[in-house]
Amino acid sequence: MLTKRIIPCLDIKNGRTVKGINFVSLVDAGDPVEQAAIYSDAGADELVFLDITATLENRKTLVELVRKVASKINIPFTVGGGISQKEHVSELLNAGADKVSVNSAAVRDPQLIDRLAASFGSQCIVVAIDSRYIEGHDIVHTHGGSRPTELETMAWAQEVERRGAGEILLTSMDHDGTKKGFACDLTRKMSTTLTIPVIASGGGGSAAHFEEVFNGGKADAALAASIFHFHEVDIMDLKKELQAANIPMRI
Amino acid sequence: MKVAVVKYNAGNVQSVIYALQRLGVNPLHTEDQQEIRTADKVIFPGQGEASSAMDYLRSKGLDQVLTSLTQPFLGICIGLQLMCRHSEEGDTDCLGIFDLEVKRFKVHQHGFKVPHMGWNRLETDNSQLFQAVENPFMYYVHSYYAEVGIETTGITDYILPFSGALQKDNYYAVQAHPEKSSDAGQTILTNFLNI
Repeated sequence: MLTKRIIPCLDIKNGRTVKGINFVSLVDAGDPVEQAAIYSDAGADELVFLDITATLENRKTLVELVRKVASKINIPFTVGGGISQKEHVSELLNAGADKVSVNSAAVRDPQLIDRLAASFGSQCIVVAIDSRYIEGHDIVHTHGGSRPTELETMAWAQEVERRGAGEILLTSMDHDGTKKGFACDLTRKMSTTLTIPVIASGGGGSAAHFEEVFNGGKADAALAASIFHFHEVDIMDLKKELQAANIPMRI
Repeated sequence: MKVAVVKYNAGNVQSVIYALQRLGVNPLHTEDQQEIRTADKVIFPGQGEASSAMDYLRSKGLDQVLTSLTQPFLGICIGLQLMCRHSEEGDTDCLGIFDLEVKRFKVHQHGFKVPHMGWNRLETDNSQLFQAVENPFMYYVHSYYAEVGIETTGITDYILPFSGALQKDNYYAVQAHPEKSSDAGQTILTNFLNI
């Protein structure tokens, strides 16, 4: 049986992790490669690296980082942040990334998804959607969630699937950072409507929240950052708890 | 040991090369017939689309080379699919090492997504390739699968049971990505290098 995936997310700036990560065993708290190795050993099923600066000069640093991570880590990982061209994707995949995630650039130019899927295959194209609930509607936001668009989240999700996205990373901005649980209703609606996998993100604070988003929210994977970084939730303990609740896990 | 990783237009193989390097092997990434023929081990990895991959292999004469090797040979992911007789993807005649049909997953039942993406169990016959694999979860990303047949040495279940691993003589193949499958994958690659 296909297991549900637990995915820690690392924010990257100039090739270093941004938020401090609270592990006693860490030698260099800003070294993404070392952190990736710790998560991989701890039972993470996949990793996401999000480049929050994503400028032209940082691109080379990011490619170099991908190379280092891929040479050390033997679980799949996704890289995102500021990706807007086929050439970026090609560089990152050739450096050893398994998937790339696109967000604002896909909203600006939806055909980018078609082009990327045709060139590299749907399986490595993740579309990240940042959604906020505004006056009765789930609305897509871009630029790190700072800019609302005209797009409704579900309609956009269906469009990106049609254009060839292989997976969706759905972040609820309303839930993000609250640690009060994932946006289960929206996740369920998306996951049961689409035929591609949906990664739920935003709001995970406890094992109960992950159980909710897998059982109720029908998510294929769940992503979190700070609760793993600050060791508030241990990945293996979380996975054991979820397995005890009959959610299929790789343990 | 000389290990050749077959070069053809089937996506990123950097991860396979890194995985071999972690095991102390520096593979040759090559489409050269002579290099492939004289390698101690041959790895046939890749992601991509079946018909364009086969066209490329034929244009380089590699279809003849790959089917007439005697050293241990390991197909990974689309490598496994191309080693079968025929694929529904692009209605493609493949290498025919395994007398099996490759089909697309059909979503019969609510709740199954395509591609089959993530970690799933590979239940094997415990033959040499799978010895000492303690936790048989492997990482999969694919929309097509090979049917189960007499050459099946490992079964994975998603929507239906399919060939997670195949073997015929010196030809081995796995549908999952051992290079991305943590310790289990590393053990399989180590076992292959030790055959």
